[in-house]
Amino acid sequence: MELDVVMLARLQFAFTVAFHIIFPTFTIGLSAFIATLLVMWQRTGRERYRTLARFWTRIFAVSFAMGVVSGIVLSYQFGTNWSRFSEVIGNVVGPLIGYEVLTAFFLEATFLGIMLFGWKRVPPWLHVLSAILVAVGTLTSAFWIISANSWMQFPAGHEVRDGIAYPADWIAAIFNPTFGWRLVHMVTAAYLTTAFVVLAVGARYLLAGRHSDHALTMLRMGAAMAAVLAPLQLIIGDQHGLDAARYQPAKVAAIEAHWDSAEPAPLVLFAIPNEAAERNDAEISIPNGASLIITHSLDGRFAGLKDFPFEDRPPVAWPFFAFRVMVGIGLLMIALGLWGAWLMWRDRLETSRVFLRLAAISWPAGFIAILAGWTVAEVGRQPWVATGILRTGEAASPVPAASVATTLALFLIVYTIVFAAGITYMNRLINAGPSGRDSEVEGVASRPISAATGN
Amino acid sequence: MLELYLPVIWAILIAVAVAMYVILDGFDLGIGVLFPFARKEAERDQMMNSVAPFWDGNETWLVLGGGGLWVAFPKAYAVIMPAFYLPVIVMLLALIFRGVSFEFRFVSKPRHELWDAAFFAGSTIAAFAQGVILGGLIQGVTVVNGQYAGGPFDWATPFALLCGVGLVVGYALLGSTWLIAKTDGAVQARARGQARALLIAVLVLIAAVSLWTPLGFERIAERWFSTPNIFFLWPVPLVTVALGWLVWGGLNSGREVVPFIGVVGLFVLSFLGLAISTFPYLVPPTLTVWDTAAVPDSQIFTLIGVIFLLPVILAYIVFVYWTFRAKVSVGSEGAYH
Repeated sequence: MELDVVMLARLQFAFTVAFHIIFPTFTIGLSAFIATLLVMWQRTGRERYRTLARFWTRIFAVSFAMGVVSGIVLSYQFGTNWSRFSEVIGNVVGPLIGYEVLTAFFLEATFLGIMLFGWKRVPPWLHVLSAILVAVGTLTSAFWIISANSWMQFPAGHEVRDGIAYPADWIAAIFNPTFGWRLVHMVTAAYLTTAFVVLAVGARYLLAGRHSDHALTMLRMGAAMAAVLAPLQLIIGDQHGLDAARYQPAKVAAIEAHWDSAEPAPLVLFAIPNEAAERNDAEISIPNGASLIITHSLDGRFAGLKDFPFEDRPPVAWPFFAFRVMVGIGLLMIALGLWGAWLMWRDRLETSRVFLRLAAISWPAGFIAILAGWTVAEVGRQPWVATGILRTGEAASPVPAASVATTLALFLIVYTIVFAAGITYMNRLINAGPSGRDSEVEGVASRPISAATGN
Repeated sequence: MLELYLPVIWAILIAVAVAMYVILDGFDLGIGVLFPFARKEAERDQMMNSVAPFWDGNETWLVLGGGGLWVAFPKAYAVIMPAFYLPVIVMLLALIFRGVSFEFRFVSKPRHELWDAAFFAGSTIAAFAQGVILGGLIQGVTVVNGQYAGGPFDWATPFALLCGVGLVVGYALLGSTWLIAKTDGAVQARARGQARALLIAVLVLIAAVSLWTPLGFERIAERWFSTPNIFFLWPVPLVTVALGWLVWGGLNSGREVVPFIGVVGLFVLSFLGLAISTFPYLVPPTLTVWDTAAVPDSQIFTLIGVIFLLPVILAYIVFVYWTFRAKVSVGSEGAYH
């Protein structure tokens, strides 16, 4: 690996975007969860939901701040590190990012103020509405970002003149072929990730015998979400895979470590892909398995890596292993989700110590799966930064390698400090618990509502 | 015709976004700059709480400014960002420390000294870097064949560093007048004293930049002193002096809102002055708004969104400022959130 400007810029972007995605993932799910809790509080008047909403809002605030500051970095890195990219596809992708700012950023950033500080300052309905608007804002943001990213994966609605992409049909560009399932896949992943965090926190309290009322609510809501979304994500992922096979066959070939399109493809459970010899070493596989998954037919054929010229192939090992990590975690999540559903049905959810112990350590699962999934998506579409239009190797800025190396080091230092502090503080808030320090504040503002609903 | 007018409309829009950013994030960055001068924890809480509900929305204008530049002028974005590579990234890193400090400082209590320092340093460095970028842009960028062709430290001139200092002092002035309007007690009294000193410093710095730019850069001298321009432009410095006088009077007569409004006026005028100095160049002295514009299709598509969404955005921003219009006193925000 030669550390030229392109490679340093790739490392820097991979690091900053991987750091960033953790927080939006969590805040997309958490804002929806908090809004749900507040709506349930409004409808039932039960104080437990409001206390929980307040508790999670404190954690949300920390996560959101980290998401905002790390996100702003990305919007400038397009220019600082990838100026050629900005110029070549700016006419098409720029407006999508512009719409994200206009429809999502201002909405969530502004109403966040009311969500965090408006507990006593605005009427309850307005506070609930603000929480909902923040949740809608995070979703809208996901819409535009996935649209822009999907366009880069498989561009549409554009024409290329003198190497520059120009818009031809905005609807086709926004709703590009791989966008739909990728958006559903990502949003489901965000909700699922948050569901496991909520589940884990509930389980942690129950095991410690603390906050048992609140813990039970979290455990049930988390387990129910996991039981529904984890299996659903498998189906969504399969549909997304069919899109990928149609539009990004080289990526799918790399994921499956499939070399030769003349044969039906086995499902490779483990292998060490050997790119020089164009084969897999130490392969363990199920015959015809991948054919069944990709073509939904046992002896179906799909493109192998040898069908692509060497310079158009993605690296094989990264997407291959990252995909297996993602799917492995997904299957574990399904198992835990179904087990939880079964326990709930038998009314033993809160008493099964084994389940609680596993649930309590399951919180990182979604985050790891998300990082693995994005690794598949982004490494698998190489060597292109915008497929068929611009190669990654030609997209970087005319800046010295030393500048990129220096700032990469700075990012590593700063993000490590901020990440460590953020995780420590979120953990501290979780340890303090929902009925922690401001229990006396709880009753005051909500009394009119309790009175209004007759509780 | 579209090719003629659209880039001008977009240049004005981006200028408005940057001006909004400078004013709105300016006052909360300024509070960070002034942070060390308040020694008591309760006073620092009061200062921070006066901007806590707003800072995130304020910073979003920076994304709109940067994003807007990319949307409307991709070629300028692709030159400016590499040209100011180091100051841009230092600014972003500083904004990270500033931004997370709002939450981290609160959660880490009583061991929050680190985040007090991070809030001050992040705010100050971000302000300085922004001033340097502004100054660097005014002095000009080396461009060959539409690409940045200078070195990594071309921006580091005495003029740009002076602009950096100028913006730190200017933001501190904005922050101090914000505190006069939004707080009471010891914090307000201290801010009033600080604002007087800062106002004098800012007026001196405005004068310095106003003299340096025409003397140092011929194109700017020509813009201001050639006929007929000078007949239209002579009121600009005069109004600046008048606004300085208004702020000074407001500070001495115990007015609470007038100083802030007056300082916003000073910022708008200075900004206008710089715009007059550089237009139509987006990347002085080579690339104009027309050289760097995206195709009309792209500019129109986003412009439609701006026309419909910006009024809505402004409406709910006003609403949030209205919701939190009350003064913030020591201990008045006992339960942070």
